[in-house]
Amino acid sequence: MSEKIGVYVCHCGGNISDTVNVDDVAKYAENQEDVVVVRSISHMCSEEGQKAIIDDINEEGLDKIIVAACSPQFHGPTFRKVVEKAGLNPAMVEMANIREQSAWPHYNDKKAATEKAKLLTKAAIDDIRDMEPVVPEKMKIGKNVLVVGAGIAGIQASLDLADSGFNVYLVEKKPMIGGHMAQLSRTFPTNDCASCILSPKMADAAEHPNINLYTYSEIESIEGTIGNFRVKIKQKPRYVDPSRCTACNSCTEVCPTLVPDENNEGLALRKAIYLPSHVAIPHSYVLDEDACLGLQPITCGKCVEACEANAIDYEQKPKHIMIKADTIIVATGYDIFDAKRKPQYGYGRYENVINALEMERMIVEAAEGTPLRPFGKKFAFIQCVGSRDITVGNPYCSRICCMYATKLSMLIKGMIPDADITVFYTDLRSFGKGYEEYYKRAQEMGIRFIRGRPGELSENPENKKIRMRVEDTLTREILDDEYDLVVLSVGLEPSKGTKEIAQMLKIPQSSDRFLQEAHPKFKPVDTAIDGVFIAGTAQGPKDIPDTVAQAGAAAARAIRLMNKGEFEMDPVKAFVHEELCTGCGDCVDACPVNAISMAGSVATINPPVCKGCGSCISSCPTEAIDLRLFSNKGVRDKITGILEGKEPGENRVIVFADDMCTYRLADGVGTAKMEYTPDAYIVRVPSSSRVTPRIMLEAFEKGADAIFLGECEKAVSPYPDTHGPIERNIATARKVLEKAGIEPDRIVFSPFVTVMFKGFTAKVNRLAEVAREHGNIPEEKRKGLLKLLKEVKE
Amino acid sequence: MTTIVRVKKKNREFLLKTEEMSGEYITVCEQCGICTTSCPMVDDMDISPANIIRLVQIGDESVLESTAIWLCASCYTCTVRCPRGIDLSAITEALRQQTLRKSIDYIDISSLDRKELEELPAIALVSALRKYTS
Repeated sequence: MSEKIGVYVCHCGGNISDTVNVDDVAKYAENQEDVVVVRSISHMCSEEGQKAIIDDINEEGLDKIIVAACSPQFHGPTFRKVVEKAGLNPAMVEMANIREQSAWPHYNDKKAATEKAKLLTKAAIDDIRDMEPVVPEKMKIGKNVLVVGAGIAGIQASLDLADSGFNVYLVEKKPMIGGHMAQLSRTFPTNDCASCILSPKMADAAEHPNINLYTYSEIESIEGTIGNFRVKIKQKPRYVDPSRCTACNSCTEVCPTLVPDENNEGLALRKAIYLPSHVAIPHSYVLDEDACLGLQPITCGKCVEACEANAIDYEQKPKHIMIKADTIIVATGYDIFDAKRKPQYGYGRYENVINALEMERMIVEAAEGTPLRPFGKKFAFIQCVGSRDITVGNPYCSRICCMYATKLSMLIKGMIPDADITVFYTDLRSFGKGYEEYYKRAQEMGIRFIRGRPGELSENPENKKIRMRVEDTLTREILDDEYDLVVLSVGLEPSKGTKEIAQMLKIPQSSDRFLQEAHPKFKPVDTAIDGVFIAGTAQGPKDIPDTVAQAGAAAARAIRLMNKGEFEMDPVKAFVHEELCTGCGDCVDACPVNAISMAGSVATINPPVCKGCGSCISSCPTEAIDLRLFSNKGVRDKITGILEGKEPGENRVIVFADDMCTYRLADGVGTAKMEYTPDAYIVRVPSSSRVTPRIMLEAFEKGADAIFLGECEKAVSPYPDTHGPIERNIATARKVLEKAGIEPDRIVFSPFVTVMFKGFTAKVNRLAEVAREHGNIPEEKRKGLLKLLKEVKE
Repeated sequence: MTTIVRVKKKNREFLLKTEEMSGEYITVCEQCGICTTSCPMVDDMDISPANIIRLVQIGDESVLESTAIWLCASCYTCTVRCPRGIDLSAITEALRQQTLRKSIDYIDISSLDRKELEELPAIALVSALRKYTS
């Protein structure tokens, strides 16, 4: 099919035309195959430029447009709208980035800049010639949300969703909702009672007509994708019917078994049939089947006899519930650091060393008139236990411990006015609104803050007091003293449930093991999995205000997807040429997000799961897998375009730049007018993992002198793991080069973030220098590369 | 125990040299003091282990004159407990080496009389010669 291509060269009011000879570029474009219209216009983005394109499409019947101007990051959306207005598919326009990639970085070398602009335009023309229209797939989406975890994050997200008219399934592992917040005494920096402000929210969540609450329930499995998550929930038997239970306590009174009470962190005992907390919602007793003597009247059965409401039923069985959800919010929270992992502090061995959550419970219960244990008079808090400590694998700051230790100190001081309290800290972090003032208030109350961490604690065997030596790192004095009670300010770790759900949903975890957000700045509650959002401490340690804000954000992000009833997928997706697929299944394992499965003898790709990185392509022996908008042919055409008319002695380096980081970085370098070698030609790809060894070797065959692969650093990458595939691809290509007697250091890989300007120019310049030193690859060496690739693969 | 810390401008080389010799990033120490009260010798030291690190961080060469670096028994308790993973024992060794490599004779063994030789512990004599072997 013959195409009618229009090429528009922009002057950018001198930004381009002062360096690049735009008339030369226009003349060069005129001579290209299928090009029927070429115009050189002062500002393509102006109304004049836009109108020229629309008029030419209507009058000359153009079907493809090249705009040689600025970066597509900049005006790509503008020109896609322009061609759409004229009735073309938005994929029918491509920009040759001759400003950021030529006029600006090579402003000192007009000739080179012009030559490079020509080739960039040529590459764009060659790429678009066979471009097929892309219609983004639309999917229907309903209004059902699964919220995993009913702590304050899950409750808040559920309420926001339910109030907006969405149907919520709120699943909680424990027999009551409220999470850790329901255990707390008071909250900083206002010192208002935690359960007093939480209880109304818990009641709202339980009674909301749009919230289906499943307590004492766990997620067994989740299958499917956005718009169609199929969730299996297992609800454990409570053996008590909440609708009949009057919470009269008769059953608990007669129950003969005692076990540690989780709600009081084991500082008290509870019966096997019990009310989880005074503030429990659902406000119903529950029978702990592991602690019960036996679920039959023959073994014990005292509670059944005592229950006048007939609420106890030993015959209850676990319930398996299947639900369908369109989006998921993961709010699975944290576990506190187990201080036994720092044996030098003696937690679990010394009775007067406790953790901060135990202190919370002591204060709550003391206020209720049922003290859990004696307090004493002389207290020490040790900060950063299990945080900022690589010896236990937690290098991060847990963010809340400084403030909760300050709070607990103030509460103790309020209860015991002559208490002597010292907080031993390393750095005191009172970062939040009103927190620094709160810290100052504690100092005014006479709470001592000393900068230093103790090495170890020991117990005085006679009076069980805790002896502790600490260096005051400000005065350099070693303080040696005994304390009635030492409180370890333990840090936060991702909960067991958080780790389980991460595996189930394949949500990437950051190096601290918390769930990783899709982008640390701009997508803080999204995950790499479409339709799955995170809120609260499952994402990282945070306080209650931040958790509530994040829960609201997660709800809003989920609503944004579901509200329209359908959503448009990113058009960049992998797809299978079925006629080429041999059914080997190698791609199934290569996909980092498990988007590929075998349907009989051909591979199929599930578009909503596919992230469009293209890692799968190099696993396919027959190139049956391809990528929309960045097709195998398109990438090859670009390479051919760049290598057009290359003379012996000329040096051309192909820089594959991932869209998210390296491409934007190169734009930034251009904008800053930082010079780098005009030998480097940038080819935009979604991820450099899409550049197969075959494509690299073909580029060498066609005359490329070196290849540079840029990719996002792992922490900011929009894809799960692309570095592994890239390194494997490079290893294969280098092996082939070595076999052919070609220097393997002609291929370089580097991870970037978008601000590494100097790193980019230095690395690209270095590679170009290396290639120049090596000289062009002799034709006899490069012609047999593909044959060698076959040998190497076998 | 009070130490006057003299902040000098030109002493970055001392920090870099100590980092190179020890193979440790001394600048990452957050001065929490865990090493100090983990140290079995600290009560006999003139400055604390955390203070040794601090002085190196600011490039204060007076740390080489402390007794503390010679009292370090290389028991590695501080190294095991350091929350930033710094090998303090390697750093004290690097500091000792900097003095030893100056090859200064603090004792002229040939000038000692018979009585002194009999009274001095053998280990003291060996230690005095150690600069030639390290």
